[in-house]
Amino acid sequence: MATAIEKCVHCGFCLAACPTYSLLGEEMDSPRGRIYLMKNVLEERLEAQDAQPYIDRCLGCMACVPACPSGVEYGDLLVSYRGAQEESRRRPPLDALARKLVIEALPYPKRFRLAAQTGAIGRVISDALPAAFASMLNLLPEKLPPRLPLPPVLPAQGERRGVVALLPGCVQQVLAPAINYAAAQVLAANGIEVHSPPDAGCCGSILLHIGAEREAQKIARRNFTVFPRDIDAIITTAAGCGSGINDYELLFKGEPDAESATAFADRVMDFGAYLAELGLLAPAGFKSERRVAYQDACHLLHAQGIQSQPRTLLRQIPNLRLLSIADAGMCCGSAGTYNIDQPDIAAALGRRKVESILAAEPDLVASGNIGCITQLRQQLALLGNPLPVMHIAELLWRAYQGDR
Amino acid sequence: MNRAFIAALESIYPADRLLTREVELLPYESDALTAFSAVPGAVVLPVNEAEIIDTVRLCHEQAVPFVARGSGTSLSGGSLPIPDGLTIGLNRLNRIKKLDPEQRIAVVEPGVINLAITEAAQPYGLYYAPDPSSQSICTIGGNIAFNSGGAHCLKYGMTSNHVLGMKVVLADGALTQFGGESIEGVGIGPDLIGLFVGSEGLFGIALEITVRLMPQPELYRTVLAAYDDLGRAGDAVSMVVASGLLPGAMEIMDRLAIKAAEASVQAGYPDAEALLIVELEGEAPQVEAEFDQLRGIIDESGAFEVRVANDEEERTRIWKGRKGAFSAVGRLSPDYIVQDGVVPRSRLGEALVEISALKEKYQLEVANVFHAGDGNLHPLILYDGREDGALEKAEALAGEILALCIRLGGSITGEHGIGMEKRDYLPAMFSEEEIDIMQALRLAIDPKEIANRGKMFPGGEAPALAQHGMHPLERAGVISRE
Repeated sequence: MATAIEKCVHCGFCLAACPTYSLLGEEMDSPRGRIYLMKNVLEERLEAQDAQPYIDRCLGCMACVPACPSGVEYGDLLVSYRGAQEESRRRPPLDALARKLVIEALPYPKRFRLAAQTGAIGRVISDALPAAFASMLNLLPEKLPPRLPLPPVLPAQGERRGVVALLPGCVQQVLAPAINYAAAQVLAANGIEVHSPPDAGCCGSILLHIGAEREAQKIARRNFTVFPRDIDAIITTAAGCGSGINDYELLFKGEPDAESATAFADRVMDFGAYLAELGLLAPAGFKSERRVAYQDACHLLHAQGIQSQPRTLLRQIPNLRLLSIADAGMCCGSAGTYNIDQPDIAAALGRRKVESILAAEPDLVASGNIGCITQLRQQLALLGNPLPVMHIAELLWRAYQGDR
Repeated sequence: MNRAFIAALESIYPADRLLTREVELLPYESDALTAFSAVPGAVVLPVNEAEIIDTVRLCHEQAVPFVARGSGTSLSGGSLPIPDGLTIGLNRLNRIKKLDPEQRIAVVEPGVINLAITEAAQPYGLYYAPDPSSQSICTIGGNIAFNSGGAHCLKYGMTSNHVLGMKVVLADGALTQFGGESIEGVGIGPDLIGLFVGSEGLFGIALEITVRLMPQPELYRTVLAAYDDLGRAGDAVSMVVASGLLPGAMEIMDRLAIKAAEASVQAGYPDAEALLIVELEGEAPQVEAEFDQLRGIIDESGAFEVRVANDEEERTRIWKGRKGAFSAVGRLSPDYIVQDGVVPRSRLGEALVEISALKEKYQLEVANVFHAGDGNLHPLILYDGREDGALEKAEALAGEILALCIRLGGSITGEHGIGMEKRDYLPAMFSEEEIDIMQALRLAIDPKEIANRGKMFPGGEAPALAQHGMHPLERAGVISRE
């Protein structure tokens, strides 16, 4: 932590990239300010609990990292700090309960499915609940989509160009099973054999993101041994998984299985990045022009530097017109469990994002992350706008099917 | 901070825009010059003109000192809080109130970010010329206070050349208007804009600023030349100047600065002792003709490698390395001091040789990044603040560099301002009478000395940086206490 703090020269270049600074306009809610607060807490000049609200308000979107000329590893700093503070932190009872629900339910598809169904009933009474619960419930769909199980091995179509395994994720497979289903079909259509190991599960990123390090390690470990050895890559369709797994080195530092953790992390690749690198086999495309806005997920753009790859894929779809949207690098406010923890800021950022998207007049919106998709849908619904939002894998799958 | 004053602020600001708790104040205790820090008594975040005016009037009435702050990017401690004084954060006043492409003007609030003006003007083929390296975040209010420059000020001048009018609340609470919206300066009396721009926040706060917009150059030609000797790069600048060419920008970076910038943006800079960036801009036929001439000069100057940016992306990459170079030095050293001295550009080579000798003498690393075209040096003195006496040693070296600039016929500041950092060097530049005149002028506008108290003028206690023993300039024989 000390190195990251020392590297900050307080120049302020990060302020321009920070969503909370742009919204709240105060130094404590900027990357530079948060680093300063963390520094003062570590130097015991400030009480941790006083600084905590500002650290909590950080989206963890990582937009400040590429913006920093001095090379502050803000992500590492935030993860370490949150992890260290969590041990001694006392939360108000209701917050603690909401957090416990997140930790105990979100990473486990079976439990989450159950909770989501109960939650759908709970939404009726959500007005009577504290904000954290209400926002959690509001994010849940009226009705869960049907399961779309994938076979253990989906064979490649045509000449085999590669073999991969799909990381199933957690929340996504309950709320939007169609994403991984579409990803597998698109990969197969591109000559790639797709494995779906039955025991694979959550990667723990969602827990790491909120500072629940122990729980994150526990759940991440389960994946280390369940994937076949002789595959080209483990593919994830969730931006947050990909970036969280990049932090395994930090998460498992000093642990006996640190090596297995980094070996696993090295094999993981984002769906769009993998496909763009391999080269897309041209899909049939659309019969008439579709104007598409691509929404950059922070955990692809800032955390993994994945910017051109998804765009390259989209441009290869016949009759698809890729639009540029203003402030593309600004977070939509989803950020893992942020729209549960900080509903007001999340909503304001979501509103702003949707407005920039609508200004480009798209027919549909594509993104590489379930969190962004859920957030954008919710914000569009509030405006009464039926604009479809889908995962880039789903859009590609439509293009292969010759959607008109 | 006294209770009555806070209570009065409470009548102007809602609780969420009046910051008084320690956790809210600490992040404001430094700007981009972290060698100094001071905890303000309170921070207020006005959202409109009326709140600023009420606040300044209140400060005047109760004789409470204040400092206006935009994004807190000053490199001279210009927006450093006054201990127990009021910090007025102007960053929320960030509206572009008017943009008139016909008249080529924009009317903006003080918290508008420099680059935001260019972004708003771009669709009309216009831009705002002054481009400090921090243009992506620094605000116009701060640019005005310090008459900010930037790489391209060689050709187009500093902030003062681009401000046409200002509505101002003076430190005593009086409202006034300088200049207007006329690009020709019709109806403008004495050059009060020239007086206010660069006054380091000592006169008051600009509430509304009318700036000049310029047509975007039709063509840029950006040349990167690599040298195996820093002096040779300096000489190349003199050759370009002597040829009569007036490039948009001429910048030099030395080995250490190249290393830092390269680590930061991977610009693919050549491995060299010095890099010279020359940018020509303007109408295509003229730029092309100038480019041929420039190529001839650069080839003659002994560059071992010359690159020309082929597209906008390559140009951006070259500039990104240069503009982020200061902060990138944070990769090499935990602390550094940025200097801002100026020397006549004909004596650039001489100055660089002397700085290099000083570096040896003090056994400190110095990275050089500078606006070569106008002789504005930016030596970055690297030190580790955790080592005993390191800061004092770095400060002493900085003092010698400033003395050198004065000796060569230059100035102690080109664009960062005196602020907190260089206030004790002011007497080395100006006579006692000159400083007295400045002080008399200040008192005429701010009788209670509340606006940015403690900055620019020598004397007073530095809030955090303790000076020990003789002042560096005393030691260098430039000033004395007699």
